[in-house]
Amino acid sequence: MNNLAFTTAEVFADCLENTAVNAPFETARAVATAAVADIEVTGLTKTFGGSVQVLRDIHFSIPSGQAVALIGHNGSGKSTLLRCCLRLIEPSAGTINLLNRPFSNLSGKALRNLRSQVGFIFQRHNLVPRLSALTNVLHGVQARKKGPFTWFHWMAAQKDREEAMLQLERVGLAHLALRRVNQLSGGESQRVAIARALMQQPKMVMADEPAASLDPVAGEEVMQLFLRCIKEEGLTLLFVSHNLEHALRYADRVIGLRGGKLELDAPASTLNLASLRKIYG
Amino acid sequence: MAESRKFTTFPASASIQVPPRFKRPTAIHTALVLGTIMVSIHAFHGTELGTMTVIELLEMPGNIGRLLGEMFPPSLATLPKIWPAVLQTLQMCLVGTVLGIACSIPLGFFAAKNLTPGRLPYFLSRSLLSLCRTIPDMVWAILFVIIVGLGPLAGMLTLLMDTLGFAGRFFAEAFEEVETEPHEALASIGATASGSFFSVTLPSAMPTCINTSLFSLERAVQSSVVLGLVGAGGIGMLLEEPMTWHQYQQATTVIITIFILLVAVEQASALLRKHVLN
Amino acid sequence: MATNTAHTVSVRLSAPPPPGRLGSIPLWQYMLLLAGAALFLVSLEGAGLSGVSRETLLRLPQQVFYIGQQMFPPSLDRLMTVVTAIVQTLEMALTGCLIGIPISLAVAILCSRNLSPHPLVYLVSRAVVTLLRTTPSLIWAILMIATVGLGPRAGTLALVIASIGFCARFYAEAMEETDPGPREALTAIGAGKISAIFCAVLPAAIPALINTTLFNLEHTTRSSAVLGIVGAGGIGIELLVSLRTFRYDEAATILILVFFLVMGVEQGCAWVRRRFLMNS
Repeated sequence: MNNLAFTTAEVFADCLENTAVNAPFETARAVATAAVADIEVTGLTKTFGGSVQVLRDIHFSIPSGQAVALIGHNGSGKSTLLRCCLRLIEPSAGTINLLNRPFSNLSGKALRNLRSQVGFIFQRHNLVPRLSALTNVLHGVQARKKGPFTWFHWMAAQKDREEAMLQLERVGLAHLALRRVNQLSGGESQRVAIARALMQQPKMVMADEPAASLDPVAGEEVMQLFLRCIKEEGLTLLFVSHNLEHALRYADRVIGLRGGKLELDAPASTLNLASLRKIYG
Repeated sequence: MAESRKFTTFPASASIQVPPRFKRPTAIHTALVLGTIMVSIHAFHGTELGTMTVIELLEMPGNIGRLLGEMFPPSLATLPKIWPAVLQTLQMCLVGTVLGIACSIPLGFFAAKNLTPGRLPYFLSRSLLSLCRTIPDMVWAILFVIIVGLGPLAGMLTLLMDTLGFAGRFFAEAFEEVETEPHEALASIGATASGSFFSVTLPSAMPTCINTSLFSLERAVQSSVVLGLVGAGGIGMLLEEPMTWHQYQQATTVIITIFILLVAVEQASALLRKHVLN
Repeated sequence: MATNTAHTVSVRLSAPPPPGRLGSIPLWQYMLLLAGAALFLVSLEGAGLSGVSRETLLRLPQQVFYIGQQMFPPSLDRLMTVVTAIVQTLEMALTGCLIGIPISLAVAILCSRNLSPHPLVYLVSRAVVTLLRTTPSLIWAILMIATVGLGPRAGTLALVIASIGFCARFYAEAMEETDPGPREALTAIGAGKISAIFCAVLPAAIPALINTTLFNLEHTTRSSAVLGIVGAGGIGIELLVSLRTFRYDEAATILILVFFLVMGVEQGCAWVRRRFLMNS
């Protein structure tokens, strides 16, 4: 049933080059939401300092299982948009639904619960440098369990430690489990961050330029590994990338921002690297 | 629905080796940890805090409440003596610090590895600085009261020693950190050691020295308020009588004054530092 | 000046006039310096130096020499009592420090701009900690004596209060200076605030926390030696008694032992720093 909804949405989205709101688009969106829409963003606006409008009236929705790349120039607002989706930055206006549930008004425990189902990969891994890879991956379990026994690997439940080792094995770093993160390379650290996100057992993953601070070779390795894990679990993915090749190669659908407005929303297969480069390169 | 999909987790008996929780502790580590724990327990025991019964613990808030009741409202009887005492404290501090800094400059010179003329002066000056720093200032105060008698002179000398210990060490470190090239340049044209010191070292180290001096002044005021308890002058002397006769309300006035004085000095020092050093 | 000879030609250069002597230092700083100097001269009397006559100055070295003579050889009469008191001094300092650590951590969280639950809480905690820190530990000792009675209990409690005043501020600074990234990541995972602090902020701040704790131990040991003067336990009371009864030889022993105590603690802390902080 998922596949049908996804294909229908894809066909309709295929007819469009821009996000000009018209009847077919509304229908497409309606069909997509009738299926499981993992992210649905309506009228999202973000203004900094009262005058600088970074995001203007953004609408999009991502059905379950789709991998979406978010591209745009520097300063087009893509990182801000991503963070607004998880309310790491609070939007100024608009509504967000995550996993078919309203997200904009939540606070406290409900906010944390819904966040725990979304994995987030940062550009600079954001691991705790003085702790081991194993402990950092273990922190992901705080999505499901609370309490001081999730803080350090030596006092955690054996089941959690085994699961953390499993995720480390998936990213190929089981042999570095006890190594401190500040002794790992950039690529290795980012893989630990991926393992931590997987440890959450999320329904959806967001990533903010995951390969940007890595050298090209490490960046390729990390992206391939990342997407392989995502596809293995059938997770929904929204990732920001300034690398247009990555966007076209790894995503099913590409969303482009310019000047804070959503300008492009099309399947990756219909897009052409050269023409994209002209607009966004 | 998506809910029915289970995340990939293999059964527990997978072939992945989970690393052990703890590294095997070495003999030294174990000894250190055990030693620290034993020392801590023994120390706690020695302070007689451990023998406080539950009743005494529960009485504490009551005691504090009673004490506060006896301390407030602060008595105005000591008020006429307060201003002269504050003045005396400040003057004692100023003179003691300035003289201390004046003595710290040559002492810092001898204690700087790169400037000192020989091993003996270096060793002696470093030892003197150590001595000044390690002996608590109350002890200096008692000694000086014996040597020169009661009054602010003893306090001023105490602060001189205190400043020597504090500023002397920082001055020496600041002098050591000045680059050697200008020294070599001057030496090659035949300048003397002291000439080189005054024209190169001192100006280069000046910001650090000024910063340290302001800190010394602040510290001096903080120490001086209690020197009077042993008779070395300043506002602390006004605490001696009320303490002996349990006149808490008069003590409160003095303590409040001390607090205002300390806060004022800290604010003034921060202001001065911001403008002079910016 | 230069003269024209057949062989040399002197060139008269017109140089610009040299800049004024006052240079670039603003006038108000000069005024400040002058005011300071004037204040200093006026203070000499208040500092007790004016009444110092020539004969007092001459007697001074004589008196120092006399006392110094009496100090040697240091007395071994009451050695055991003195050593016990020194040990008690150290124990007070250690306990005060140890008890102070967890309390300081909790207070420091309230005092950190990025971790405090509310700006008002932040301001109030900062004010309270400043109050604890600026008040001399001797005054806390007096207040504690009035609360729990004479003896080392009062001294240890006073040291706990002084420790909190010192540590909380520097712990807070250490926590404010950590990278905010890991904490953001834990928030995105859905962790609670306390979890995020213990998992992300504290581990990163540990070197600075240990450094501050060691400084606090040195500082507390020095304070602990004098608290006895008001009766709060430790070696202070023995020193006071020896000096007031003119037993300078006993005082010498005590001073030497106090010196070794403080030195020992300083060296111990330096060793700990070398072992545990150098390789972080």
